[in-house]
Amino acid sequence: MDFGFTTAAYVVSAVLFILALGGLSGQESAKRAIWYGIVGMALAVVATLIGPGQGLWMLSLIMIAGGAFIGYQLATRVQMTQMPELVAIMHSLVGLAAVFVGFNAEFELNRVLVMDEAAREALTGFAAILAHKTPVEINILRVELVLGVWIGAVTFTGSVIAYGKLAGRVDSVAKKLPGGHILNAAAAILSVVMAVWFFNGGGFVALLVLTLLALFIGYHLIMGIGGADMPVVVSMLNSYSGWAAAAIGFSLGNDLLIVVGALVGSSGAILSYIMCKAMNRSFVSVILGGFGGASGPAAEVEGEMIAIDADGVASALEDADSVIIVPGYGMAVAQAQNSVSMLTDHLRKQGKSVRFAIHPVAGRLPGHMNVLLAEAKVPYDIVLEMDEINEDFPSTDVAIVIGSNDIVNPAAQDDPNSPIAGMPVLEVWKAKQVFVMKRGKGTGYSGIENPLFFKENTRMFYGDARESLDRLLSLMR
Amino acid sequence: MRRRPDPADLRPNAFKEGIKDVKIGAPKEIFEGEARVAMTPDSALQLQKLGYDCLIETGAGDRAGFTDEAYKKAGVEVVHSAAALWQASDIVIKVREPSQEEAERLHRGQTLISFFWPAQNEAMLETCKAKGANVIAMDMVPRISRAQKMDALSSMANIAGYRAVIEAGNNFGRFFTGQVTAAGKVPPAKVLVVGAGVAGLAAIGTATSLGAITYAFDVRPEVAEQIESMGAEFVYLDFEEETQDGAETGGYAAPSSPEFREKQLEKFRELAPEMDIVITTALIPGRPAPKLWLEDMVAAMKPGSVVIDLAAEKGGNCDLTVPNEKIVTDNGVTVVGYTDFPSRMATQSSTLYSTNIRHMMTDLTPEKDGKVVHNMEDDVIRGATVTFQGEITFPPPPPKVKAIAAKPQAEKPKELTPEEKKAQEKAAFRKQTITQVSLLTIGAALLLGVGLVAPASFMQHFIVFVLAVFVGFQVIWNVSHSLHTPLMAITNAISSIIILGALMQIGSGSFLVIILAALAVFMAGINIFGGFLVTRRMLAMFQKS
Repeated sequence: MDFGFTTAAYVVSAVLFILALGGLSGQESAKRAIWYGIVGMALAVVATLIGPGQGLWMLSLIMIAGGAFIGYQLATRVQMTQMPELVAIMHSLVGLAAVFVGFNAEFELNRVLVMDEAAREALTGFAAILAHKTPVEINILRVELVLGVWIGAVTFTGSVIAYGKLAGRVDSVAKKLPGGHILNAAAAILSVVMAVWFFNGGGFVALLVLTLLALFIGYHLIMGIGGADMPVVVSMLNSYSGWAAAAIGFSLGNDLLIVVGALVGSSGAILSYIMCKAMNRSFVSVILGGFGGASGPAAEVEGEMIAIDADGVASALEDADSVIIVPGYGMAVAQAQNSVSMLTDHLRKQGKSVRFAIHPVAGRLPGHMNVLLAEAKVPYDIVLEMDEINEDFPSTDVAIVIGSNDIVNPAAQDDPNSPIAGMPVLEVWKAKQVFVMKRGKGTGYSGIENPLFFKENTRMFYGDARESLDRLLSLMR
Repeated sequence: MRRRPDPADLRPNAFKEGIKDVKIGAPKEIFEGEARVAMTPDSALQLQKLGYDCLIETGAGDRAGFTDEAYKKAGVEVVHSAAALWQASDIVIKVREPSQEEAERLHRGQTLISFFWPAQNEAMLETCKAKGANVIAMDMVPRISRAQKMDALSSMANIAGYRAVIEAGNNFGRFFTGQVTAAGKVPPAKVLVVGAGVAGLAAIGTATSLGAITYAFDVRPEVAEQIESMGAEFVYLDFEEETQDGAETGGYAAPSSPEFREKQLEKFRELAPEMDIVITTALIPGRPAPKLWLEDMVAAMKPGSVVIDLAAEKGGNCDLTVPNEKIVTDNGVTVVGYTDFPSRMATQSSTLYSTNIRHMMTDLTPEKDGKVVHNMEDDVIRGATVTFQGEITFPPPPPKVKAIAAKPQAEKPKELTPEEKKAQEKAAFRKQTITQVSLLTIGAALLLGVGLVAPASFMQHFIVFVLAVFVGFQVIWNVSHSLHTPLMAITNAISSIIILGALMQIGSGSFLVIILAALAVFMAGINIFGGFLVTRRMLAMFQKS
């Protein structure tokens, strides 16, 4: 097949990918959109396999089949609560693949450059493209290649660490080696030095050192970011994996890689932006890790936390007409989404209005709560965003907060000295009554005192969320 | 029926230490006309769960509707004389403050829990101190959230408020609710409630639920919301004054300035001819009740109207009130000055009061082992205790926790005039345009700069890249929030497009290249299948109700 066919296939693929992403604007169209994505990918792979310069397609097929097997196992076995981990670990694969492809390009380039005219003419495929480049083009290629490898390496270690933190294998507290960001800055400067050396004939050694430096940056950067900021980190890594693919696309001269890389890159960037906005923090301050110093002492919290037992909650729910449930990461940890769903079902059957309020940064992944609730068969039309539901709290009888803390913290509005001052929060305290389901009396991930717990209309319902909900259900039936 | 501490009883503290169980006794109220009782069969069961034995004087519950039989069934020992009961009990629980005769019966170490009014009863306080008894005054329970369950004043006030409306109805010759019947139209009754404390709010609730048009007044503007939530209309005064914060005075009203009072009376005068029923509940702690419903207002009311004065015990809010009596004025207005509204609903008030007592006992028995721990460090217990171990402990120090958090002086956001708003919008639009244009300019300049140095082949790809980023931004903004996780999974899957690079390289080159390319293909393969499958799994879960 000639080159024209492959290009045509790429155009179709690119359009399909754009449609796939665009289709995610609604739950129903998304179910169709996923197929566009799958067909686009299949088309691209097949076109490349039968395209010019392809050899060893048997090996390719075997490797794809092997990957397919493992991918299938992963996708079918993963728990929905483990989605953040899965996404993080998959980003690391893209990063590593980008590094390998970048290395290969460098090897090929060196091999081609030492050949004489005649041998160059005989080359096919990728090597042939390289052979026809002018010196300026080769330099540009090297720049792109360095970028691709560097971003890919940062993505790789960063994603591995993010995975570790999300899966609880690495301590989720923000940690830095002595030297902190100076270390990162030094590594970044050294990387630039290595890149310059590489352009001026440093050879593979320079590239390898540069890669190692990038691996270190990825590791150290993500280690320094606390668990509560993971939604931003994961979407940022998502973005990086896209930019890496785009950079590699430049060096290989492949437009489809560039298009898709750019799509993924911008998608991740937008997600990061949305997450940061939801936490009222600048992107830089998230990446630099930890909460910025408060400008003064936080306001003293007065009053006391009043506990309540399942009987009390049950009778309040019996009397309520409208209920809003605010789930957080604690619900995912306790695996309570099914119990929540059963409670919702029960209340709805009694003719009560039950809705869910989802804060953009609830959970450890953008949209994490929506997926968990969907898994538990909570209909998506009662699951609402913060902006849609915040005005309704004053007219709500009961608000139930399940395992969330900072996203319902009134200090964000009342206390200018609070570390989260100005962050948009769900105004649950405006409901007539608030029940907070919590494991214990401690503060949340961020360690910020929450005045909500001390409000007069707040009752604390201590215990494991799932067990408490099950007890509640058995009482209400 | 009663469980006696015999050897078969294996409760550890009763058996091992040989201590006899602590007894709680409720005598019959000797105050003239008092029908309430401090212990009901239900509360007795709860007290026994705390590890106490319960005693009651015979006939104590008769007037509240609880027979001796009912008490016996609940495991309460019925004692035949007051003297025997006072002798046998370690803790005596009562409703009314003790009379001189009762106080004489106290003995050292005995605990008395009842209403006490220590500020007005200093002589009684001295007697109890001399007797060495510990006295807990239910009327001194501090008004903090934690102590609400033992706030007997509130539970009695609630009943008084309800009963006031019922009493008014009894003396009022018409319906509360308006009706249009075959026999003609009935206008609804108009009720004015003065003072929206617990009693006032209860009265508002009862009156509105009977169908009356209810108005309410209070000197604390912050209760307007509560009044409206009960279905009444708040009577606003046109008065500019640094309004006092009710929270400062522990949730009670404080005396108001003379100017304010004048304004208030003027308003009442205006309302008086329209009102059918007036219920006054205004009290200021430690002072006689303020006179708010003056003689001329009563005179202005229609014949057949009713005034219920819940403040009669403290002298009354109405000029014409005669405590404990019902009078009819010359112009046919009934003024009721009963002071025993809770006692008139003895069953209900005994039930609530005994529950308040039971909660007090629960706080006094932290281990639930039938042993009283009189913890003077506890704000609630300290506040309510007026004599302790031969000392007078009244008045208590101010509680550590304020009753109601002081309201922050919220600054109202300035109302913008339409012109200002327009100007603001215009400025915002201008700003947006400027940022957009400058961003575009910078972007274009950068692009041109790159184009000057870069070769044409690079520029071709670069155009594709920039356009793709642009399309990406446009498309992703429309993705709904709830689908962000599937979005990440699918972008993850399609970012494995890097597989194309590996596939192109796998065919050409050295062994090392083949190995690396094969690994890359393998990893990207995992990603493609894993990513797409998991996205599909997630999307399939989203269901409409």
